[in-house]
Amino acid sequence: MLDLEAFGASTLPLLAYSPPGWGATLLAGLWNSVQIAVGAFGLGCLIGMGGAFGKLYGGPVLKDLLAIYTTVVRAVPELVLILILYFAVTDAVNQLLLSFGYARIQISGVAAGIAVLGVVQGAYATEVLRGAILSVPAGQIEAARSMGMPPLLLARRITLPLMMAAAVPGLANLWLVATKDTALLAVVGFAELTQATRQAAGTTKAFFTFFMAAGVLYLMLSLVSTLIFARIERWARRGQRTMGR
Amino acid sequence: MLKELMIPRRLALIAIVLALAIWSAYALRWDWLANPKYQALIWTGVRNTFWILIVTMVIGMTLAIPLGLAQAVGPWYLAAPARIFCSIIRGTPLLLQLWLLYYGVGTFFPSIPWIRDSSLWPILRQAWPYAVVALSLSVAGYEGEVMRGAFKGVPHGQLEAAKAMGMPRFTLFRRIWLPQALHRVLPTLGGETVLQLKATPLVATITVIDIYAVAGRVRQDTFIVYEPLLLLALVYMAITGLIVLLFRWFESRFPSRVA
Repeated sequence: MLDLEAFGASTLPLLAYSPPGWGATLLAGLWNSVQIAVGAFGLGCLIGMGGAFGKLYGGPVLKDLLAIYTTVVRAVPELVLILILYFAVTDAVNQLLLSFGYARIQISGVAAGIAVLGVVQGAYATEVLRGAILSVPAGQIEAARSMGMPPLLLARRITLPLMMAAAVPGLANLWLVATKDTALLAVVGFAELTQATRQAAGTTKAFFTFFMAAGVLYLMLSLVSTLIFARIERWARRGQRTMGR
Repeated sequence: MLKELMIPRRLALIAIVLALAIWSAYALRWDWLANPKYQALIWTGVRNTFWILIVTMVIGMTLAIPLGLAQAVGPWYLAAPARIFCSIIRGTPLLLQLWLLYYGVGTFFPSIPWIRDSSLWPILRQAWPYAVVALSLSVAGYEGEVMRGAFKGVPHGQLEAAKAMGMPRFTLFRRIWLPQALHRVLPTLGGETVLQLKATPLVATITVIDIYAVAGRVRQDTFIVYEPLLLLALVYMAITGLIVLLFRWFESRFPSRVA
């Protein structure tokens, strides 16, 4: 017989917002996760934009270095990169501070998380954006160049708007990866949603209830972002002829 | 391949990498590698990582085929659950799924008498079954979506031709539909296997001894911060290289016509 009690029906009040419920802790964790995901995604897009233009228009040495960056980051597990970068970045910053005669600082978890996940996201974003830039018809760029348009204006007016349509699906995927990768920061003890959930579950022993609740929160986040990105894609494709006409 | 490397700037780059490697070999601490205890642990870890990767990929792909088929051509009562399953797996972090299974479901088993008395109990008490189930379901969820596209992508004429020849439905699936769908996903499958490899270190968080767990153990024992992590990165890069080569070989064995 399936015993509902065993699956934690009686532990549902533990999800209440105010103590003794742990709802506030979970929501604070979710807020931290979203902050890190937004920061990492933004940083990743910036790195990716630079990386994509570098890979396509940069010099041979820059191209080789970028190839090494994207290959290594995409071959090593995020969990390992997080550990390496987390220790290395904190260490490097503190060494720098000490050599300039300042005291050591404790780097905030949010900043470290954004930096680490941003570097990881940047490698994937480089590939996504490179493909998107390649999808822009060469004639458009050549036409702009032949009219004497300077490179930055060309990027802003021609390349970026035209590549958006091709870039949005890949970027949407990356955003979903970013939200899920924040969970990995639980391993370095940062209080994002998964770590907050484990803490709550460990204290109350209601593991099933809390992990299910966190799963629902993540799922809502990804469903809402899927909807938003579908809208953005429709906007980016405005003015494109629809298929099948 | 070799010719591409013999350009001055690449030679310089190789020299820099070699110099870095030699510097780290001398300047960093690698004496723990000589310890037979850690050597044995490292081999166990690598073996377990490979084992988990292969087993979960095989189970996951086996589950992904019906999931993809149900979504592509199944009736709504099969398609809808398959789609919901894929959305849930793809919409939540694997770490959370793993912990839900291990801490959540795993803690209920001892309270149910017939499970504790069954002969399966010695297995269910260990951590690795939960790791295998969680990682396999994850593969199934992601690949189910990929297989859906692959099944839909097989040209209709092929299936109609087989039907017109009076081929039974199961033979049609086995001989025509599945091989062509698998052929289509082969290029993606290599990338997905690398992604799965990168998911395997998560099992260390539920006490399965893979190579990541071994590195953590060494770091705890010896207080060496970076070196085990560097070794870890090297091992994963080597395995990634192996996977890429393997799939390149697979693809060359089943070449597709380039239009």
